[in-house]
Amino acid sequence: MLRKCFTIQSQNLFNNLKVSSTVTKKYFSSEVQFETKDFKLHKLNDGPKTNVTVNREDALNYYRQMLSVRRLEAASGAMYKEKQIRGFCHLYSGQEACAVGMKAALRPHDDVITAYRCHGWTYLMGASIASVLCELTGHIEGVSRGKGGSMHLYAPNFYGGNGIVGAQVPLGVGIGFASKYKGTDGICVALYGDGAANQGQIFEVYNMSKLWGTPVIFVCENNGYGMGTSAERASANIEYYTRGDFIPGIWVDGMDVLAVREATRFAVDHAANGKGPILLEMATYRYSGHSMSDPGTSYRSRDEIQEVRQTRDPITSLKEKILTSGMATEAEIKAIDTEVKKEVDEATKKARSDPGIKVEELTYDIYANDENLKLVRNVIPNAELPHKRFNTARNL
Amino acid sequence: MIGTLSKFKSALRPIGHVNKILARNVSHFTYQPDEKSPNVDGERTKMNMFTAINNAMDIALATDDSTLLFGEDVAFGGVFRCSLNLKDKYGADRVFNTPLCEQGIAGFAIGVAATGAKAIAEIQFADYIFPAFDQIVNEAAKYRYRSGNMFDCGSLTIRAPFGAVGHGALYHSQSPEAYFAHTPGLKVIVPRGPIKAKGLLLAAINDKNPCIILEPKTLYRSAVEEVPVASYECELGKADVLMNGNDVTLIGWGTQVHVLREVAERAKNELKVKCELIDLVSILPWDRETVCNSVKKTGRVIIAHEAPLTNGFGAELAASIQEDCFLHLEAPIARVCGWDTPFPHVFEPFYLPDRLRCFEAIKKIVKY
Repeated sequence: MLRKCFTIQSQNLFNNLKVSSTVTKKYFSSEVQFETKDFKLHKLNDGPKTNVTVNREDALNYYRQMLSVRRLEAASGAMYKEKQIRGFCHLYSGQEACAVGMKAALRPHDDVITAYRCHGWTYLMGASIASVLCELTGHIEGVSRGKGGSMHLYAPNFYGGNGIVGAQVPLGVGIGFASKYKGTDGICVALYGDGAANQGQIFEVYNMSKLWGTPVIFVCENNGYGMGTSAERASANIEYYTRGDFIPGIWVDGMDVLAVREATRFAVDHAANGKGPILLEMATYRYSGHSMSDPGTSYRSRDEIQEVRQTRDPITSLKEKILTSGMATEAEIKAIDTEVKKEVDEATKKARSDPGIKVEELTYDIYANDENLKLVRNVIPNAELPHKRFNTARNL
Repeated sequence: MIGTLSKFKSALRPIGHVNKILARNVSHFTYQPDEKSPNVDGERTKMNMFTAINNAMDIALATDDSTLLFGEDVAFGGVFRCSLNLKDKYGADRVFNTPLCEQGIAGFAIGVAATGAKAIAEIQFADYIFPAFDQIVNEAAKYRYRSGNMFDCGSLTIRAPFGAVGHGALYHSQSPEAYFAHTPGLKVIVPRGPIKAKGLLLAAINDKNPCIILEPKTLYRSAVEEVPVASYECELGKADVLMNGNDVTLIGWGTQVHVLREVAERAKNELKVKCELIDLVSILPWDRETVCNSVKKTGRVIIAHEAPLTNGFGAELAASIQEDCFLHLEAPIARVCGWDTPFPHVFEPFYLPDRLRCFEAIKKIVKY
């Protein structure tokens, strides 16, 4: 590989306000090197590298993925306001670099489980944008046939989409344990927020996973607010990467997709090589409220949100990196924008038009094929509906 | 005060029933081995209930190498000895101790089961299951439904010793079956002795739904039967008719079955009343057909359980029975249950739906 490099810009390395990383070098091979913010380490002697490289193909792919998630969420928000989506709906806008960066470092046999802010993850783990939006509108093409809704989305190796704050984390340890038991060298990423970080069960499984050397990557996506309470008002220790105590931890700039990818690579290497669990804190930000019923402006200022959008936005940052380093042209970026918009628009159209599942499915998939539950009572006065199983579970 | 009394128990003159219930070490039931055995060929051997459970888990671990068994003190055999020697036999990576963290245990077990492996999680006492309630009710029970059957944790089995033991008090004697019976997606099972325990546990482990098996802890040692050595399963969701009769239907589960059996014998001898005794076995789903067929025949039904009266599973049975058998009923459906108090320490003998209270209920229902 041609490794002759030269500096193309002389930006201040520490000026991370405008773009979260600074271009330092460029390879002729179209691999470009960037400097990330420093990682903070807990119980680790060495951490991930801060000078990271990315090639054109990957960079454009991350850009496309992040933009798709942003647009998917914009469509979700709009359809929610139109009452096409009912119930709960938690948007990921602002946090895209976390999911996209992590996914980029995972291998096909690694597993992921997260909480209810799961639309983007589901798409990244292999579900189409249309199947995510259809799930949100409760229609038959949804990933869970419209039965789960916004919080319960699934895909291969993606165990959901869980509605209870913090409850998915112990499951992640169980899933990671299974990989170890089967000897696959797979790891499980168990995600939670800064609010859930105070749930007792998370400390239970920090202990269990360390005790048993379970290959799990705990990821605290710290977007600054647990619902409407800022991190410092809810947590005695807001250094979330240290809260596993005996579990090594890394603070990561969660607004920089390349920093996330680099940290995740490091964590995968750690967990998959028998060193047990590791904890990543992704410092990130959510632009929307906690859910659609939270305007998100009563506990923080509009200026604060605006400032993050202008100075630290993960998508804008990557775009600037791509353009200033010459990896792609403005026209190429524009083309991606158009394609993503088209895909999301088509998916939105589909989500609006698809039929919902029939009322019979109310009683489907409560149990596995079951002689004891042929009829489910009390669904219609004086009538019983048959219990059925719809398809075959992926995990069995 | 009771403590002082029992200290001088030997000095007390017998004063009938009162003295009996003060004698705290006297069991409130007499165990009767199962006459109704499964049709399993081959060798049988004498086992108490914890050995039968041990035997079932032994088979489960031997037949499927994805089977894991874990819980507090499980590697050492468990506080009730159910997992004795299994760690030595199958290794510490398959049979292991967990820290004291029920929510973590349940969540971890659901995760293991979600990958398709068979997870047998022991909650040391059913009274300790409540930190895991969220995981069981919100995660385990709904996994299949909310994913449109893309994922589930059907290979999860949770075992928990439950029920009165004579001196367990508030946090070692409760019967939480009704809480879980309120949750579609779960199966809840209670064995009455070693043969059922082995067959039901194996059925639960192999069942494709998350199952909770509540083991009456007072039967672990006191219940002894000739148990088939081979593997067999008892059908889930099926009640057992243990005695036939035309006058009164008695419904119970777990230890209470043995109380009711004794009461039924006494009613036959003293009142010439023939009771039909049903062990419900499975709380969720429950065998409505067997129960209602019996009530249609007898017209009188008594339900007895150790859990408190209000919203105990007896309430669900009573509501369903009156729905199906209203014109057959000769008397109001009776419930003999624990009182609506926390499970009391000093008053445990008063609290239980014992043979005297059940016998009174029979007298009353036949005179109605």
